[in-house]
Amino acid sequence: MSANIKGEAPLRSEHDIVLARQQVRRLTQELKFSLVDQTKMVTAASELARNAVVYGGGGTMEWEILSGDGRRGLKLRFADEGPGIPNLDLAMTDGWTSGKGLGMGLTGTKRLVNEFDIDTKVGAGTRVTIARWT
Amino acid sequence: MGEFLLVTIQVDMHDQMALKLQDDLSNAIVRNASRGVLIDISTLEMVDSFIGRMVADISNIGKILGAETILVGMQPAVAITLVELGLSLPGVATALNVERGMVLLRRKIDADGIDVSQH
Repeated sequence: MSANIKGEAPLRSEHDIVLARQQVRRLTQELKFSLVDQTKMVTAASELARNAVVYGGGGTMEWEILSGDGRRGLKLRFADEGPGIPNLDLAMTDGWTSGKGLGMGLTGTKRLVNEFDIDTKVGAGTRVTIARWT
Repeated sequence: MGEFLLVTIQVDMHDQMALKLQDDLSNAIVRNASRGVLIDISTLEMVDSFIGRMVADISNIGKILGAETILVGMQPAVAITLVELGLSLPGVATALNVERGMVLLRRKIDADGIDVSQH
């Protein structure tokens, strides 16, 4: 493993969602992701960034460039200190939405990435970590 | 464009901007008595569930106001991602580009005209 490159961006406003998308686009371009893979990662980031802003009351996006086994990847971690998700099983059901999206949020996002992990606790916020490899 | 409106989305829109577009476009349909709307997203590099819902809403609002809406120019990578995300854009008509969108729009409006005359 070589030294990992990391960074963090705030997610406080709708404008931050746009900036997060642009940051992820730049990172995936640097990693030479295919255009489809870039688009998937940017779209996944957009969904999760919006969740953090709209439902989580704001938070952060941490990013980290991964390398290992001759491959490189991008890991993103979205953290908020919001109300948390009371029923995670329900939230991970296809077609479920609490209102503002099209019901594709978490399950749809999971399909766009290679790794997906969610840690949520009522009253303590939500952390979603995703990764996609070249 | 005559009775048609052409909207080209050229920036990475934040959510309020998308909602404002919905508002402005609805008003423009009424003001111009438009029969059809083409939304060109050929420069959009990403469509997430919010923008997808906004486009579907515009299409439905347009329909209620008497205008057919066609989404044109979606990039292949965006289409692939949308399908994987699970977004099939129900009720939204699409075409490959503006030219084909115009043809489709014309055909839809002509078909509507025949329907009306038969009643």
